[in-house]
Amino acid sequence: MSRNTKINILLLVVVAALAVLPLALGLGDHKEEPFTGADAEAETAITEIEPDYEPWFSPLYEPPSGDIESALFALQAALGAGVLAYYFGLRRGRRQGEERALERVGGAESAVGATAEESTAERS
Amino acid sequence: MHIAEGFLPPAHAVAWGVASAPFVVHGVRSLTREVKEHPESTLLLGASGAFTFVLSALKLPSVTGSCSHPTGTGLGAILFRPPIMVVLGTITLLFQALLLAHGGLTTLGANVFSMAIVGPWAGYAIYKLLRRFDVPLMVAVFFGAFLADLSTYCVTSVQLALAFPDPSSGFLGALGKFGSIFAVTQIPLAVSEGLLTVLVMRLLVQSSKGELTRLGVLLAKKQSRTETETEAVAR
Repeated sequence: MSRNTKINILLLVVVAALAVLPLALGLGDHKEEPFTGADAEAETAITEIEPDYEPWFSPLYEPPSGDIESALFALQAALGAGVLAYYFGLRRGRRQGEERALERVGGAESAVGATAEESTAERS
Repeated sequence: MHIAEGFLPPAHAVAWGVASAPFVVHGVRSLTREVKEHPESTLLLGASGAFTFVLSALKLPSVTGSCSHPTGTGLGAILFRPPIMVVLGTITLLFQALLLAHGGLTTLGANVFSMAIVGPWAGYAIYKLLRRFDVPLMVAVFFGAFLADLSTYCVTSVQLALAFPDPSSGFLGALGKFGSIFAVTQIPLAVSEGLLTVLVMRLLVQSSKGELTRLGVLLAKKQSRTETETEAVAR
């Protein structure tokens, strides 16, 4: 494995560790509902500060259940990951194609050079 | 950082919308110019938008015992400058507001201001500053992405504290409250975002040298090298 790949994997491992550690260490245990979204917590805080506040507009479309919402979030992540994978795949393919083309050109040139040398050798 | 639909009083919602609008208009102009002048950058633009899509869908647990998500705006801001990132961030927020009931149309202005305007500009500013002091590229990228992420959540806290000052402790009391919900939760996530952005930038350096040089991300290095070369020649 190249050094580059190792560093990349290390980066991913640290990110994974940062995500798993709060769960593993039980950092949400002091809460009634551990690991709720910060956005939802902010809504609760708003109603604590201003108990009379009523949201004056509601979403045009609301996923009918938590599962559908998760599905849509997964769709969002999948769309993004797909485009990223396409980008890097395309770049890699292009680079390999260019390298191969260069090799072929290089090979052809040296072949031409060799035949030219041969012909001069024959003449002399 | 998504302020939920209807959770900002109308006056605040309108004010943030008005504040964000010029940035979005300017961003759309920059984006169309970029695509027109450099059609080859469309792919990388798509990839930058995709990065925001992925990261803002990842809800990660944090040390405070709650969950939040990164923003992914640092990468695009560093690559294409903040105005273009405004558009990419706004598209992501619109997608979430319309399909996921996450954020909302009435709070779009405020959310765009925090995630698509202040985040990218703050991240870009620290990135540029560090690069000026010859800090290595990846270190500057890390702090750029870190700050783009964290500043977004600080702005959200300020926005909510302005709209809902605490009856007894006022604006600052509310800021402390919202700040502890958003900003503190976000610190480890901002580190994660910094690391992921570094990862993608490393992959880009391997795969898209030409593109990064054109965008000026790799230019600085070469320039300084040619400068030292010309100096050497002059001597």
